[in-house]
Amino acid sequence: MQLLFTILLDGLVYASYLFIVAAGLTIIFGVMKILNVAHGGFYAWGAYTAAYFIGAASEMGLPDWFAFLIIAGSALAVGIVLGLLIERIVLRRLYDHEEILIVLATFGVFLILEDLILLIFGVNPYFAYQPMVALGSVEMGGIFRDVYSLTLFGVALSVAAGSWWMLTRTRWGKLITAVIHDREMALIVGINVRRLFVVTFCAGAVLGALGGAYIAPTVSVAPGFAVDVIVLSFAVVVIGGMGSIPGALIGALLVGLLRALAVHKLPELELFVIFLVMSAVLIVRPEGLFAPAKARKI
Amino acid sequence: MTDVPILSVKDLQKSFGAVTAAKDINVDIPAGQVVGVIGANGAGKTTFVNMVTGYLKPSGGTIRFRGRDITGIAPRLAVHQGLTRSFQVSQVFMTLSVRQNLLSALALARRKGGALLRPIAGPELLAECDAIMARYGLTDVAEHEASALSQGSRKLLDIAMAVVSGPRMLLLDEPTSGVAAEEKFAIMDTVMSALKASGTTVLFIEHDMEIVERYVDRVLAFFSGEVICDAPPARALIDPKVRELVIGDTRAPTAPTAATGQAEAAYA
Amino acid sequence: MLHAILSDKTVRLTALALLALAAAGLMLPAWVVNNMMFGLARGAAVLGLLVLWRTGLMSFGHGLYFGLGAYAVALSEHWLGLSDFALRILAAILVAVVAGFALGFILRRYRDIFFAMLSLAFSMVLYGILVKTEALGSTDGFSVSQTTFLGWAPEGKQVLFTAIITVCLALAVLVQMYLRSTLGRLTTAIRDNEIRVEYLGYSVARAIHIKYVISAALAGGAGGMMAMALGQVDPDSMVYWTVSGELVFITIMAGPGSVLAPFIGAIIFEFLRTYAFEIAPHAWQLIVGGTLLLIIFFLPGGIWSLLERIPFFRRLRHD
Ligand SMILES: Nc1ncnc2c1ncn2[C@@H]1O[C@H](COP(=O)(O)OP(=O)(O)OP(=O)(O)O)[C@@H](O)[C@H]1O
Ligand SMILES: [Mg+2]
Repeated sequence: MQLLFTILLDGLVYASYLFIVAAGLTIIFGVMKILNVAHGGFYAWGAYTAAYFIGAASEMGLPDWFAFLIIAGSALAVGIVLGLLIERIVLRRLYDHEEILIVLATFGVFLILEDLILLIFGVNPYFAYQPMVALGSVEMGGIFRDVYSLTLFGVALSVAAGSWWMLTRTRWGKLITAVIHDREMALIVGINVRRLFVVTFCAGAVLGALGGAYIAPTVSVAPGFAVDVIVLSFAVVVIGGMGSIPGALIGALLVGLLRALAVHKLPELELFVIFLVMSAVLIVRPEGLFAPAKARKI
Repeated sequence: MTDVPILSVKDLQKSFGAVTAAKDINVDIPAGQVVGVIGANGAGKTTFVNMVTGYLKPSGGTIRFRGRDITGIAPRLAVHQGLTRSFQVSQVFMTLSVRQNLLSALALARRKGGALLRPIAGPELLAECDAIMARYGLTDVAEHEASALSQGSRKLLDIAMAVVSGPRMLLLDEPTSGVAAEEKFAIMDTVMSALKASGTTVLFIEHDMEIVERYVDRVLAFFSGEVICDAPPARALIDPKVRELVIGDTRAPTAPTAATGQAEAAYA
Repeated sequence: MLHAILSDKTVRLTALALLALAAAGLMLPAWVVNNMMFGLARGAAVLGLLVLWRTGLMSFGHGLYFGLGAYAVALSEHWLGLSDFALRILAAILVAVVAGFALGFILRRYRDIFFAMLSLAFSMVLYGILVKTEALGSTDGFSVSQTTFLGWAPEGKQVLFTAIITVCLALAVLVQMYLRSTLGRLTTAIRDNEIRVEYLGYSVARAIHIKYVISAALAGGAGGMMAMALGQVDPDSMVYWTVSGELVFITIMAGPGSVLAPFIGAIIFEFLRTYAFEIAPHAWQLIVGGTLLLIIFFLPGGIWSLLERIPFFRRLRHD
């Protein structure tokens, strides 16, 4: 019983941050039709930036709540700067290329971002436990959990609610929905697709960086720690259906809970389980669970 | 004309969610006939062709070709039976030259047994390719990449690739759309004379009533997924419903021209 | 048929290049020979990706077949005591073909990133199975004993090197023949327009399935050769997604222009890696990532397209 509860709680925490990262990935895919492997780079950069400044702030004796500002600031700064740079330098040249080549280009960017981290932040891990320590922990049903991890639910829910509101209630959001739904029609209607792409890519990048920045206080931020996340958030997006935010939510819950289950019951099988589910979903529903099937006009 | 129709469509239905693109379509087409399909945008003409050639599965109804039930079979199997089509949006190999496009089509049409493992271009195939390019006026652009062709030439290539397999029946989806007005008749003359020579049954979708009048034996008028008129052109083109719902013209019809008179004779 | 093979200029050039390499193997230092063997083995797997890439398909999980081939060699020794070169290669190819044929029924329905990602997922499922199963060596894998040739166990690596060269040559010739056949030429056609291919009366799914099996066979054989060259198999160096990623990288770097390109690309890759680890140990990913971007931006035909600036190589294309 207790184990079940632990798995459930861990799974939900895990699902929360997978959702944050995957939401960014799926929006970028939905609008731009780009499977952005560099997303893992945004995540890593968000984490390193946040960890670095949280450490610096605590050395300067700034109050603990300041860390939350740093997390938000890191996510915005990393997402916007890297988003703009990569859109301008890399993606813009490739919009008319084959999908696969664009994926490979973003893979190249990911590798570069990874090594830049090594060059800039060095190979030693960073710790930024201050905000987690500051919030303490609570007992729930006989198990202790740090409050900080639980706040992740709040962040994930805000991202979900926020993106729902954005997509259904604002002008930009409606444009984005229109483009996701029917790109050619959107072009004909005269939406400024270039600008939409830049905004979307940066927004997605901010979400990726936010995932990393928020997770930073709970882990040791070390080289290569983004690889897992990329792979998992891909699984989330593929399972949910590329370009669908509700899909990402369901996918994140599924992957998060499965992973927690695997970690507690069958450690080492974690990736195996997730890829197994992903294969199964793709085999049964090639477009993913929530993406609409598209027809081609002939 | 034989008694058994080459194509026989019964109660054909298709809906996309709330949109009904085909509703109780019943048509028998005798071998050798030339049928024109008219209808406003979105009337369901392409959907009809898509279903007959297996690109879309009907929601209901049956399609028989030369007496055999072909409802819902894959396009390639329809092609094997001698039923093929051209496309409203030309479907050619964009990065290949005109010659390579036709050679690919020929190689596939003429393959038997292990032929797929042999190099592609034997001398007979090359000669046949040249003959087709000459017949369809593509010789001058033989080495051009398909993506660089004019709309008209690309349409011709698209049709030529369909004809290569020697179909018994060919469905042409708007063979002259996107083609300059002065080229339209040239294209139709080229295509129709080639098809007439081989005795192919033809159904073509067309928005230009002059072309319909000139070439067809019979008109099917589509409106909102239904066939609202099935008659020889002389009658169909003056039918008030057709004029209102398809041609969008409610003025009093003019007297039939000489061309439609001939077509009516052929139909009867 | 034999005449067609021997008169093909690409075949002649490949034969010549590989023969020269075999001769050079007698003089080169051991580490160079080793690198060459790794390069050739990987090159064969890249050749498999090239067959797919010409149709616009890319597998992010060819480590699956590479690994199956490698494990076929290790397990056939472990379970059956096989050490003969030819039997090992056959086992590697056979296992990959069977797996590729079965999975092909699923994968032939997918395109673009879905094809790529599903391939990746399948390879990671194999990785998970291997890591978790003690009987399959778990994370440690197996060591592979010295390869024998009809009972003969030669000193040094030269004989194995020559044997690998021979296999690579055979594979390259077969692929070249395939690419020149009607079926192979349909490659571009299928990439351009599947609907048209269907309406020409041919099954795109079948064509892709055939390509997929060929590609799996090549990667399987490659994995087998790698196992013999390395003397060791384990999940991380044979199946993990980084293995597949390297194969994809070399495919793009080498370019799809010729069956010779994968081998050139893979050998360059091995040496590049050896030197990069000496000179700039922390910048390997930077180099790979940067190269990938530069190739995609400025050299879409890969290294081979550089060679094609030389008239001699350019003529091969129209052969
Ligand atoms: N694959 C599809 N999915 C959803 N709706 C479709 C699909 N294909 C056609 N439709 C709808 O079915 C209706 C009929 O379309 P169809 O393409 O058959 O028209 P058409 O008569 O060929 O028109 P046009 O003259 O513009 O070519 C339209 O409302 C169209 O939007
Ligand atoms: Mg139409």
